Amino acid sequence: MDTIDPTPLLPRDDAHDPARRKALSCLAAWTGAAVVWSVAGGVPRALGATTDGKPPAAAKNALTFVQISDTHFGFNKPANPDIVGSYRRAVADIHALPQAPAFIVHTGDISHLSRPDEFGQARELFQELKVDRLHTVPGEHDTIDDGLSGYLKFFDHDGKGKGWYSFDQGGVHFIGLTNTLNFKMGTMTSLGDEQLAWLKTDLAHVSHSTPIVLLAHIPMWTVWEPWGWGTADADQAMALLRPFGSVTVLNGHIHQVLQKVEGNVALHTAMSLAYPLPTPGQEGVGEPGPLKVPAGELGKRLGIRQLSVVRGKRELALIDRPLER
Amino acid sequence: MYAAFIRACAKPAGAALFLAVVFGVAFAAPSLFAAPAAPVAATTVDIAKFLYGPKEITVAPGTRIVWTNHDEIPHTVTAADKAFDSKALDTNDRFEHTFAAEGDYAYLCTVHPFMTGIVHVRKQ
Repeated sequence: MDTIDPTPLLPRDDAHDPARRKALSCLAAWTGAAVVWSVAGGVPRALGATTDGKPPAAAKNALTFVQISDTHFGFNKPANPDIVGSYRRAVADIHALPQAPAFIVHTGDISHLSRPDEFGQARELFQELKVDRLHTVPGEHDTIDDGLSGYLKFFDHDGKGKGWYSFDQGGVHFIGLTNTLNFKMGTMTSLGDEQLAWLKTDLAHVSHSTPIVLLAHIPMWTVWEPWGWGTADADQAMALLRPFGSVTVLNGHIHQVLQKVEGNVALHTAMSLAYPLPTPGQEGVGEPGPLKVPAGELGKRLGIRQLSVVRGKRELALIDRPLER
Repeated sequence: MYAAFIRACAKPAGAALFLAVVFGVAFAAPSLFAAPAAPVAATTVDIAKFLYGPKEITVAPGTRIVWTNHDEIPHTVTAADKAFDSKALDTNDRFEHTFAAEGDYAYLCTVHPFMTGIVHVRKQ
């Protein structure tokens, strides 16, 4: 499991590197609190914000939204025998936020096996969310059997029959991508040429000063290649995004919070609402299967994320909120 | 198809893993560093811990192979050329395919494409 050199996300041992200090203070600003870092498998990991449990109220002119991910409806194994219960705790947390979110984004793996009954259950459960809209992107669990067609029967947001789309809200350009269709033997997933061409066309109409928030299920950087935790042609998408002043990429898939900063592009993975996964290449684990954690620990490994975009500020305020704090 | 398999296995870690799996299943003995992998005659393949066991299998034409998924996570058995496809196999789900003609049939899990296997069909 050590055949690749994991991309160093931030320098590991360089306390005197001004670039690292800048990145860390930047991340601290997003979470509104100090960030505790550890390095696992070559990937620095934010262990969580040391807030007092109360999310700071967002500025009045902010656009606030919530990210949920990896609900895996249909999963019923010991790692979490009650995923619907976990989801409903998250719903209660979302409804208790001091500022109601404008909408919710779901970064994929809505279902566990891409079966119609699972998508149907998901759609019913999503109706419990008191928000105007839910924007989703598919995970690889949503596209196992029939590609996008099963997923799109329930979640075709713009009626165009594609998994990718964009919309504008609160001065932000949002993009949803699909990176779970082009699996080839022995490689990581990819976006594919058709989608990259669409992304180029879509971005051509957006001014470089417009903040961009991009949703995709699998991380848009190589977190851990032996487990397929990355997108083979993400660099081509990043090249299209680089000219923009503020780009935030929200991913799921790996069921844990990781962050990476590349110039004006900040990439974040999110916690799952179903079960935890090992850290990238975690010693003694060997494969990215569900982790069974001691009773009482599970709620600390699952959670939601609240994000706020303030006009005129480049970074998004971002708070990860475990179900149990 | 075969060439693709060789490339996928070219990494040292992949090769070591491959040997461990083949020998572990074939002989259940610790002779990991013996001769090159011998053909394995069996009609079952177990999917466990994100591996096909055995990863490489040689059978006679007309043999039916049964794959069983023992993981808590769904996997598929999908031919590289899509000639056969199990769809999502949940825990303890099985998939069968009968190999009529001689040839090398590389396959993968479309959910986890780093999981690869190959079936060699040879007259014996």
